[in-house]
Amino acid sequence: MSRFLLPFGVFLVLLGFLFVGLKLNPREVPSPLIGKPVPEFTLPQLHEPAKAFSPQSMRGRVWLLNVWASWCVSCRDEHPLLVDFAKNHQVAIVGLNYKDKPDDAQAWLAQLGDPYTLSVSDLEGRVGIDFGVYGVPETFVIDKQGVIRYKQIGAVTVDALQGKILPLIRELDQG
Amino acid sequence: MRTLAAILLTVLAAVGGPAGANEAVPTAQDPVAAKRSVELARKLRCLVCQNQSIAESSAELAVDLRRQINEQIAAGRTDAEIVGFMTDRYGDFVLYQPPLKVTTVLLWAGPGLLLLLAVLVLRRALRQQAETPAPVPLTGDERARATRLLREEAAAGRDAAR
Repeated sequence: MSRFLLPFGVFLVLLGFLFVGLKLNPREVPSPLIGKPVPEFTLPQLHEPAKAFSPQSMRGRVWLLNVWASWCVSCRDEHPLLVDFAKNHQVAIVGLNYKDKPDDAQAWLAQLGDPYTLSVSDLEGRVGIDFGVYGVPETFVIDKQGVIRYKQIGAVTVDALQGKILPLIRELDQG
Repeated sequence: MRTLAAILLTVLAAVGGPAGANEAVPTAQDPVAAKRSVELARKLRCLVCQNQSIAESSAELAVDLRRQINEQIAAGRTDAEIVGFMTDRYGDFVLYQPPLKVTTVLLWAGPGLLLLLAVLVLRRALRQQAETPAPVPLTGDERARATRLLREEAAAGRDAAR
Protein backbone atom coordinates (compact mmCIF):
# COMPACT_ATOMS: atom_id res chain seq x y z
CA MET A 1 0.00 0.00 0.00
CA SER A 2 2.72 2.44 1.00
CA ARG A 3 4.46 2.00 -2.35
CA PHE A 4 1.54 3.79 -3.99
CA LEU A 5 1.70 6.70 -1.55
CA LEU A 6 4.62 8.49 -3.21
CA PRO A 7 3.28 8.41 -6.79
CA PHE A 8 -0.12 9.41 -5.46
CA GLY A 9 1.43 12.37 -3.59
CA VAL A 10 3.28 13.45 -6.74
CA PHE A 11 0.02 13.15 -8.66
CA LEU A 12 -1.78 15.36 -6.12
CA VAL A 13 0.93 18.04 -6.34
CA LEU A 14 0.73 17.97 -10.13
CA LEU A 15 -3.05 18.21 -9.93
CA GLY A 16 -2.68 21.26 -7.69
CA PHE A 17 -0.37 22.98 -10.18
CA LEU A 18 -2.64 22.18 -13.10
CA PHE A 19 -5.70 23.40 -11.21
CA VAL A 20 -4.06 26.75 -10.41
CA GLY A 21 -2.75 26.96 -13.98
CA LEU A 22 -6.28 26.55 -15.26
CA LYS A 23 -7.28 29.84 -13.67
CA LEU A 24 -4.24 31.87 -14.71
CA ASN A 25 -4.58 34.04 -17.75
CA PRO A 26 -1.41 33.89 -19.85
CA ARG A 27 -2.41 37.12 -21.53
CA GLU A 28 -2.06 39.02 -18.28
CA VAL A 29 1.61 39.75 -18.09
CA PRO A 30 2.52 41.69 -14.94
CA SER A 31 3.68 45.15 -15.90
CA PRO A 32 7.14 46.26 -14.78
CA LEU A 33 5.78 49.82 -14.79
CA ILE A 34 3.84 49.42 -11.56
CA GLY A 35 5.49 51.56 -8.88
CA LYS A 36 7.36 53.52 -11.55
CA PRO A 37 6.74 57.13 -12.60
CA VAL A 38 4.33 57.52 -15.50
CA PRO A 39 6.28 57.81 -18.81
CA GLU A 40 6.54 61.42 -19.94
CA PHE A 41 4.95 62.35 -23.25
CA THR A 42 3.39 65.27 -25.03
CA LEU A 43 0.59 64.46 -27.45
CA PRO A 44 -2.07 66.51 -29.25
CA GLN A 45 -5.59 66.36 -27.82
CA LEU A 46 -8.14 64.46 -29.87
CA HIS A 47 -10.77 67.19 -29.96
CA GLU A 48 -8.36 70.13 -30.11
CA PRO A 49 -5.21 68.95 -31.89
CA ALA A 50 -3.66 72.40 -31.47
CA LYS A 51 -3.57 71.84 -27.70
CA ALA A 52 -1.07 69.44 -26.21
CA PHE A 53 -1.39 67.28 -23.12
CA SER A 54 1.36 66.00 -20.89
CA PRO A 55 1.00 63.86 -17.71
CA GLN A 56 2.97 66.55 -15.87
CA SER A 57 -0.22 68.64 -15.76
CA MET A 58 -1.98 65.96 -13.66
CA ARG A 59 0.41 66.25 -10.69
CA GLY A 60 -1.43 66.40 -7.39
CA ARG A 61 -4.43 64.45 -8.68
CA VAL A 62 -5.28 60.78 -8.80
CA TRP A 63 -6.23 59.96 -12.37
CA LEU A 64 -6.90 57.14 -14.79
CA LEU A 65 -5.29 56.64 -18.15
CA ASN A 66 -7.45 54.49 -20.38
CA VAL A 67 -5.98 53.20 -23.64
CA TRP A 68 -8.71 52.84 -26.23
CA ALA A 69 -9.40 52.80 -29.95
CA SER A 70 -12.48 52.85 -32.13
CA TRP A 71 -11.29 49.63 -33.82
CA CYS A 72 -11.09 47.81 -30.51
CA VAL A 73 -14.01 45.49 -29.79
CA SER A 74 -13.41 45.08 -26.03
CA CYS A 75 -13.35 48.87 -25.70
CA ARG A 76 -17.03 48.80 -26.65
CA ASP A 77 -17.65 46.32 -23.82
CA GLU A 78 -16.06 48.46 -21.14
CA HIS A 79 -17.26 51.80 -22.50
CA PRO A 80 -20.66 51.97 -20.72
CA LEU A 81 -18.85 51.27 -17.44
CA LEU A 82 -16.49 54.17 -18.01
CA VAL A 83 -19.34 56.49 -19.00
CA ASP A 84 -21.14 55.50 -15.82
CA PHE A 85 -17.98 55.92 -13.75
CA ALA A 86 -17.35 59.41 -15.14
CA LYS A 87 -20.92 60.43 -14.25
CA ASN A 88 -20.67 59.28 -10.64
CA HIS A 89 -17.09 60.06 -9.69
CA GLN A 90 -14.88 63.09 -9.73
CA VAL A 91 -11.87 61.19 -11.03
CA ALA A 92 -10.23 62.44 -14.22
CA ILE A 93 -10.02 59.83 -17.00
CA VAL A 94 -7.55 60.62 -19.75
CA GLY A 95 -8.07 58.60 -22.92
CA LEU A 96 -5.04 57.50 -24.89
CA ASN A 97 -6.50 57.02 -28.33
CA TYR A 98 -4.14 54.34 -29.58
CA LYS A 99 -3.32 53.95 -33.29
CA ASP A 100 -6.68 55.27 -34.37
CA LYS A 101 -7.98 57.66 -36.98
CA PRO A 102 -9.01 60.89 -35.18
CA ASP A 103 -12.21 61.12 -37.27
CA ASP A 104 -13.23 57.55 -36.39
CA ALA A 105 -12.36 58.17 -32.73
CA GLN A 106 -14.46 61.33 -32.52
CA ALA A 107 -17.42 59.66 -34.24
CA TRP A 108 -17.14 56.72 -31.81
CA LEU A 109 -17.26 59.04 -28.80
CA ALA A 110 -20.12 61.04 -30.28
CA GLN A 111 -22.09 57.83 -30.71
CA LEU A 112 -21.30 56.04 -27.46
CA GLY A 113 -20.69 58.94 -25.08
CA ASP A 114 -17.45 60.54 -23.96
CA PRO A 115 -16.33 59.62 -20.43
CA TYR A 116 -12.94 61.24 -20.87
CA THR A 117 -11.78 64.49 -19.35
CA LEU A 118 -9.80 64.63 -22.54
CA SER A 119 -8.32 62.19 -25.03
CA VAL A 120 -4.95 62.37 -26.70
CA SER A 121 -4.04 60.93 -30.10
CA ASP A 122 -1.20 58.42 -30.20
CA LEU A 123 -1.31 57.94 -33.96
CA GLU A 124 1.83 55.82 -34.28
CA GLY A 125 1.48 53.98 -30.98
CA ARG A 126 4.83 55.21 -29.67
CA VAL A 127 3.46 56.39 -26.34
CA GLY A 128 1.62 53.08 -26.16
CA ILE A 129 4.96 51.29 -26.36
CA ASP A 130 6.31 53.47 -23.52
CA PHE A 131 3.35 52.30 -21.44
CA GLY A 132 3.98 48.68 -22.40
CA VAL A 133 0.59 48.48 -24.10
CA TYR A 134 0.02 45.19 -25.92
CA GLY A 135 -3.70 44.57 -25.64
CA VAL A 136 -6.13 47.44 -25.93
CA PRO A 137 -8.02 48.35 -23.76
CA GLU A 138 -5.68 48.89 -20.84
CA THR A 139 -6.25 51.15 -17.85
CA PHE A 140 -3.67 52.65 -15.52
CA VAL A 141 -4.30 54.18 -12.09
CA ILE A 142 -1.83 56.99 -11.44
CA ASP A 143 -1.33 58.61 -8.04
CA LYS A 144 -0.77 62.25 -7.03
CA GLN A 145 2.99 61.93 -7.36
CA GLY A 146 2.63 60.64 -10.92
CA VAL A 147 3.43 57.01 -10.05
CA ILE A 148 1.60 54.15 -11.77
CA ARG A 149 -0.14 52.11 -9.07
CA TYR A 150 -2.28 49.64 -10.98
CA LYS A 151 -2.77 48.34 -14.48
CA GLN A 152 -5.88 46.68 -15.79
CA ILE A 153 -5.15 44.60 -18.88
CA GLY A 154 -8.18 44.14 -21.08
CA ALA A 155 -11.63 45.57 -20.51
CA VAL A 156 -12.48 47.10 -17.14
CA THR A 157 -15.08 44.88 -15.48
CA VAL A 158 -17.52 45.66 -12.68
CA ASP A 159 -15.49 43.37 -10.41
CA ALA A 160 -12.21 45.10 -11.20
CA LEU A 161 -13.78 48.52 -10.80
CA GLN A 162 -15.54 47.83 -7.49
CA GLY A 163 -12.97 45.45 -6.06
CA LYS A 164 -9.69 47.07 -7.04
CA ILE A 165 -9.79 50.35 -8.90
CA LEU A 166 -12.25 52.28 -6.72
CA PRO A 167 -10.78 51.21 -3.34
CA LEU A 168 -7.31 52.08 -4.66
CA ILE A 169 -8.45 55.51 -5.84
CA ARG A 170 -10.03 56.20 -2.43
CA GLU A 171 -6.86 55.11 -0.67
CA LEU A 172 -4.67 57.23 -2.94
CA ASP A 173 -6.95 60.24 -2.54
CA GLN A 174 -6.34 60.19 1.22
CA GLY A 175 -2.57 60.08 0.79
CA MET B 1 8.22 25.99 -64.72
CA ARG B 2 9.90 29.08 -66.08
CA THR B 3 6.60 30.63 -67.10
CA LEU B 4 5.20 29.88 -63.67
CA ALA B 5 8.15 31.63 -62.05
CA ALA B 6 7.68 34.58 -64.39
CA ILE B 7 3.99 34.81 -63.48
CA LEU B 8 4.78 34.58 -59.78
CA LEU B 9 7.41 37.28 -60.06
CA THR B 10 5.00 39.55 -61.92
CA VAL B 11 2.31 39.01 -59.30
CA LEU B 12 4.80 39.58 -56.50
CA ALA B 13 6.05 42.76 -58.13
CA ALA B 14 2.49 44.02 -58.59
CA VAL B 15 1.47 43.16 -55.02
CA GLY B 16 4.77 44.00 -53.36
CA GLY B 17 5.32 47.28 -55.22
CA PRO B 18 2.57 49.49 -53.77
CA ALA B 19 2.68 47.73 -50.38
CA GLY B 20 6.38 48.49 -50.16
CA ALA B 21 5.71 52.11 -51.00
CA ASN B 22 3.20 52.40 -48.13
CA GLU B 23 5.52 50.68 -45.68
CA ALA B 24 6.12 53.10 -42.82
CA VAL B 25 8.83 50.89 -41.38
CA PRO B 26 12.29 51.97 -42.44
CA THR B 27 14.13 48.70 -42.97
CA ALA B 28 17.74 48.71 -41.90
CA GLN B 29 19.76 49.35 -45.02
CA ASP B 30 23.16 48.15 -43.97
CA PRO B 31 23.33 44.30 -43.96
CA VAL B 32 25.12 44.14 -40.57
CA ALA B 33 22.43 46.27 -38.96
CA ALA B 34 19.72 44.24 -40.69
CA LYS B 35 21.19 41.02 -39.29
CA ARG B 36 21.39 42.52 -35.80
CA SER B 37 17.82 43.69 -36.09
CA VAL B 38 16.56 40.22 -37.01
CA GLU B 39 18.62 38.55 -34.28
CA LEU B 40 17.23 40.92 -31.66
CA ALA B 41 13.68 40.48 -32.92
CA ARG B 42 14.06 36.68 -32.69
CA LYS B 43 14.94 36.92 -29.00
CA LEU B 44 11.82 38.89 -28.17
CA ARG B 45 8.36 37.47 -27.65
CA CYS B 46 5.42 39.13 -29.31
CA LEU B 47 2.96 39.78 -26.47
CA VAL B 48 -0.04 39.73 -28.80
CA CYS B 49 0.61 36.26 -30.23
CA GLN B 50 2.68 34.83 -27.44
CA ASN B 51 4.15 31.85 -29.22
CA GLN B 52 5.73 33.93 -31.93
CA SER B 53 8.77 36.14 -31.75
CA ILE B 54 8.67 39.75 -32.85
CA ALA B 55 10.59 38.66 -35.95
CA GLU B 56 7.91 36.13 -36.96
CA SER B 57 4.73 37.86 -35.91
CA SER B 58 2.77 40.11 -38.20
CA ALA B 59 0.76 41.62 -35.35
CA GLU B 60 0.76 45.41 -35.45
CA LEU B 61 2.62 45.61 -32.17
CA ALA B 62 5.38 43.38 -33.55
CA VAL B 63 5.66 45.64 -36.60
CA ASP B 64 5.95 48.69 -34.32
CA LEU B 65 8.54 47.00 -32.13
CA ARG B 66 10.61 45.97 -35.15
CA ARG B 67 10.51 49.62 -36.16
CA GLN B 68 11.72 50.56 -32.66
CA ILE B 69 14.60 48.09 -32.95
CA ASN B 70 15.63 49.46 -36.34
CA GLU B 71 15.47 53.04 -35.14
CA GLN B 72 17.48 52.30 -32.04
CA ILE B 73 20.12 50.43 -34.03
CA ALA B 74 20.34 53.41 -36.36
CA ALA B 75 20.72 55.66 -33.31
CA GLY B 76 23.74 53.62 -32.25
CA ARG B 77 22.23 51.85 -29.23
CA THR B 78 23.81 48.58 -28.12
CA ASP B 79 21.93 45.27 -28.10
CA ALA B 80 21.81 45.32 -24.29
CA GLU B 81 20.29 48.81 -24.33
CA ILE B 82 17.63 47.77 -26.83
CA VAL B 83 16.73 44.63 -24.86
CA GLY B 84 16.65 46.81 -21.72
CA PHE B 85 14.22 49.17 -23.48
CA MET B 86 11.87 46.22 -24.10
CA THR B 87 12.09 44.68 -20.62
CA ASP B 88 11.56 48.11 -18.98
CA ARG B 89 8.22 48.29 -20.75
CA TYR B 90 7.03 44.71 -21.09
CA GLY B 91 8.93 42.87 -18.35
CA ASP B 92 11.12 39.77 -18.56
CA PHE B 93 8.27 37.93 -20.25
CA VAL B 94 9.33 39.44 -23.60
CA LEU B 95 12.59 37.53 -23.41
CA TYR B 96 12.49 33.97 -24.71
CA GLN B 97 15.57 33.32 -22.58
CA PRO B 98 14.68 34.71 -19.17
CA PRO B 99 17.53 36.07 -17.00
CA LEU B 100 18.71 34.12 -13.95
CA LYS B 101 17.11 35.83 -10.95
CA VAL B 102 15.73 34.86 -7.56
CA THR B 103 12.27 34.60 -9.12
CA THR B 104 13.48 32.45 -12.03
CA VAL B 105 15.79 30.07 -10.17
CA LEU B 106 13.20 27.30 -10.15
CA LEU B 107 12.69 27.74 -13.88
CA TRP B 108 16.40 27.29 -14.58
CA ALA B 109 17.19 24.66 -11.95
CA GLY B 110 13.88 22.76 -12.21
CA PRO B 111 14.78 20.37 -15.05
CA GLY B 112 18.12 19.53 -13.39
CA LEU B 113 16.40 18.90 -10.06
CA LEU B 114 13.81 16.67 -11.71
CA LEU B 115 16.57 14.67 -13.42
CA LEU B 116 18.42 14.30 -10.13
CA LEU B 117 15.24 13.11 -8.43
CA ALA B 118 14.61 10.61 -11.22
CA VAL B 119 18.17 9.24 -10.92
CA LEU B 120 17.78 8.86 -7.15
CA VAL B 121 14.45 7.03 -7.52
CA LEU B 122 15.94 4.75 -10.19
CA ARG B 123 18.98 3.97 -8.00
CA ARG B 124 16.77 3.10 -5.07
CA ALA B 125 14.61 0.83 -7.22
CA LEU B 126 17.68 -0.94 -8.67
CA ARG B 127 19.21 -1.44 -5.22
CA GLN B 128 15.96 -2.89 -3.86
CA GLN B 129 15.86 -5.32 -6.76
CA ALA B 130 19.47 -6.38 -6.09
CA GLU B 131 18.71 -6.97 -2.41
CA THR B 132 15.79 -9.29 -3.12
CA PRO B 133 17.19 -12.84 -2.52
CA ALA B 134 17.47 -15.06 -5.59
CA PRO B 135 14.80 -17.85 -5.71
CA VAL B 136 15.90 -21.05 -3.91
CA PRO B 137 16.24 -23.98 -6.38
CA LEU B 138 13.72 -26.84 -5.97
CA THR B 139 14.73 -30.03 -4.23
CA GLY B 140 14.42 -33.35 -6.06
CA ASP B 141 11.10 -34.24 -4.35
CA GLU B 142 9.58 -30.84 -5.08
CA ARG B 143 10.63 -31.07 -8.72
CA ALA B 144 9.02 -34.50 -9.08
CA ARG B 145 5.79 -33.23 -7.50
CA ALA B 146 5.70 -30.21 -9.79
CA THR B 147 6.20 -32.38 -12.88
CA ARG B 148 3.37 -34.71 -11.75
CA LEU B 149 1.02 -31.79 -11.14
CA LEU B 150 1.79 -30.26 -14.52
CA ARG B 151 1.16 -33.58 -16.28
CA GLU B 152 -2.19 -34.01 -14.53
CA GLU B 153 -3.15 -30.51 -15.55
CA ALA B 154 -2.21 -31.16 -19.18
CA ALA B 155 -4.21 -34.40 -19.19
CA ALA B 156 -7.26 -32.67 -17.70
CA GLY B 157 -6.99 -30.03 -20.40
CA ARG B 158 -6.92 -32.69 -23.13
CA ASP B 159 -10.02 -34.35 -21.65
CA ALA B 160 -11.88 -31.06 -21.54
CA ALA B 161 -10.99 -30.35 -25.17
CA ARG B 162 -12.55 -33.60 -26.38
